[in-house]
Amino acid sequence: MKQPSSRIKTLKIDGQDVGAHEDETVLEVARENGIFIPTLCELEGLSPHGGCRLCLVEVKGINKLLPACVTYVEEGMEVTTNSTRLQEYRRTILELIFSEGNHICSVCVANGHCDLQSLAQKLGMYHVSVPYRHPRRSVDASHERFALDRNRCILCTRCVRVCDEIEGAHTWDVSGRGIEAHIVTDLNQPWGESETCTSCGKCVNVCPTGALFEKGKAVAEMAKKRGFLPYLTLMREKRTR
Amino acid sequence: MAQQITINPVTRAEGHGKITIFLDDDGFVRDAQFHVTQIRGFEKFCEGRPFYEMPSLMARICGICPVSHLITSAKACDELMAVEIPETAQYLRRIMNLAQLVQSHALSFFHLASPDFLLGLDSDPAQRNIFGVMQSHPNIARDGILLRKFGQQIIELLGGKRIHPGWIVPGGVSEPLTVEKRDQILATIPEALATIQRTLDWFKRTFDNYPEEIRTFANFPSLFMGLVNEQGELVHYDGHLRFVDATGKIVADGIRAEDYQDYIGEAVEPWSYLKFPYYKPAGYPDGIYRVGPLARLNIINFCGTPLADAEWAEFRELGRGAVLSSFHYHYARLIEILNGIERIEHILNKPDILSKNVRAYAEPNRLEGVGIAEAPRGTLLHHYRINEDGIITYANLIIATGHNNMAMNRGVLQVAKHFVNGTKMQEGMLNRVEAVIRAYDPCLSCSTHAVGQMPLQIQLVSPDGAVLDELRR
Repeated sequence: MKQPSSRIKTLKIDGQDVGAHEDETVLEVARENGIFIPTLCELEGLSPHGGCRLCLVEVKGINKLLPACVTYVEEGMEVTTNSTRLQEYRRTILELIFSEGNHICSVCVANGHCDLQSLAQKLGMYHVSVPYRHPRRSVDASHERFALDRNRCILCTRCVRVCDEIEGAHTWDVSGRGIEAHIVTDLNQPWGESETCTSCGKCVNVCPTGALFEKGKAVAEMAKKRGFLPYLTLMREKRTR
Repeated sequence: MAQQITINPVTRAEGHGKITIFLDDDGFVRDAQFHVTQIRGFEKFCEGRPFYEMPSLMARICGICPVSHLITSAKACDELMAVEIPETAQYLRRIMNLAQLVQSHALSFFHLASPDFLLGLDSDPAQRNIFGVMQSHPNIARDGILLRKFGQQIIELLGGKRIHPGWIVPGGVSEPLTVEKRDQILATIPEALATIQRTLDWFKRTFDNYPEEIRTFANFPSLFMGLVNEQGELVHYDGHLRFVDATGKIVADGIRAEDYQDYIGEAVEPWSYLKFPYYKPAGYPDGIYRVGPLARLNIINFCGTPLADAEWAEFRELGRGAVLSSFHYHYARLIEILNGIERIEHILNKPDILSKNVRAYAEPNRLEGVGIAEAPRGTLLHHYRINEDGIITYANLIIATGHNNMAMNRGVLQVAKHFVNGTKMQEGMLNRVEAVIRAYDPCLSCSTHAVGQMPLQIQLVSPDGAVLDELRR
């Protein structure tokens, strides 16, 4: 988070000279300067997670690729956001995400309102070249108003973060490791039996896909409303100051 | 020597099919089987899904008549929610269902069946298709394209796209109708009406060319089933099931959707993926019944629109009780197009058709729901069970082509007995075997809920099971 007292650093993004506060990430600076870096797990108003790896960028002098959302600016840094290699890696990441779950847009509640879908379109991911896993994951529809389809969950943890950082309930968390990882409510009980859930619906609205949705929504009807998030964050910042 | 003939794949039908004709030692047809050769598993993989997804999930069974599945599935979901949907929503769903009926019937009649009538059942198979018709009878081909477009455009105007519109949802429809769209549809009615009347005129004149086909194309006594309303009117969206026998006598009436299992059983045969539904009180295999345009026009008391009723009166003259020859499915299809166009106009002129109140919202209030509607090919039935969270635990679908399965098999046997003679396999006689299937306009992909492309194959097999000859398209 930008602090007024922080020092200024200068760096290059895609050959463009930019100035930034030392506590800013490469992603933030790029956005301020109108440079597009694709993101999926990141959401303005929530702490960065660095999980989806779509914001990977090249930094001169460093061999590995760095996630722009959690990489802080350095003096003299030279960042490339859109090389052929990066485009290929990003498409591969998307292909892997698509192959891992069951993402059938045409019958999904979030069709037309899905961050994963629109990113695939934007980044030119037209085919999935790895075999689909077709997992059989459970659907939790025990909550009165909302439902969770783990088949569409990409483990971005936006729901976990919004519930913890904004709502303060920390109903959601991630259970299991690797391919077994999945989100759970409370101590892995059905959502409808959760004692901490306030039914505020923030998780549903920040979810990038159709994994979390309102019950009673037919295909393509689950538009997500996220305008509330920056306001809530702003209010909180003011209160703590 | 005894042989077996296999027609594989069956052409100009929707989905994969195969026909096997068994010959006896003297080369006469002993038996015939119509096989549907693929399985898709929709009833199984929808288990575990929220019921709200079902209409669009089930619509993927078919790209020709997604609307029929959407409607029937949505009706089953309305039952799960235990709601009565707003009247305007019912009207709008009805319009889309009729538009679907018109476009599908036009496809069946003009694109798939008309080459047989216009070019002849014995004509060159390379020409005997819609492109051949375009060359020899361009005006008729144009009429077919126009009627199909008429229906498809209505579907697109209402639902946003022609195939798999998401507009029909549990509880009603997602968007009301606008004045502009209504007027746009109304403007296309006169041309569509003139086109179907023109088609009826030329088609009826061809009956005299096909006395043998009319006599032998699945022309046998059977029951007929379909939906009628309380007045016995031709309906495609709501109403109750009625069965009539070959004499036209009503044998069961007023059957509610949820009671279907008391009347319809589903038998299984090892040689086809398509089940064999039968009329339970008569048992299997005696409870043979037909559905679809021919059946619907056999069970009703009247069509309910003036032009179609006049045409229906002529249709009834074709038989003493019910009209029994499946050849007349084609005629019935044209009368239904006429009725569909008239009815669309009638509904569009209703005063509250533009009402904004088109959707009911509710949680699941019942754990079981059955939806029935008339698809172009006949009665379509979706039966779902859910758990208390609204998750599908069971689904059973009976598709129009399924109801007709026994009748198609008997039809194939009848036409094979008459036209096929084991000493030689002639293309024209095989086409007659296919044409009888085509009369039912089966949707094989729907019926087995099958993957892949369409295509029929004929095999000659000896009593010991050896394939002696094979014809493939």
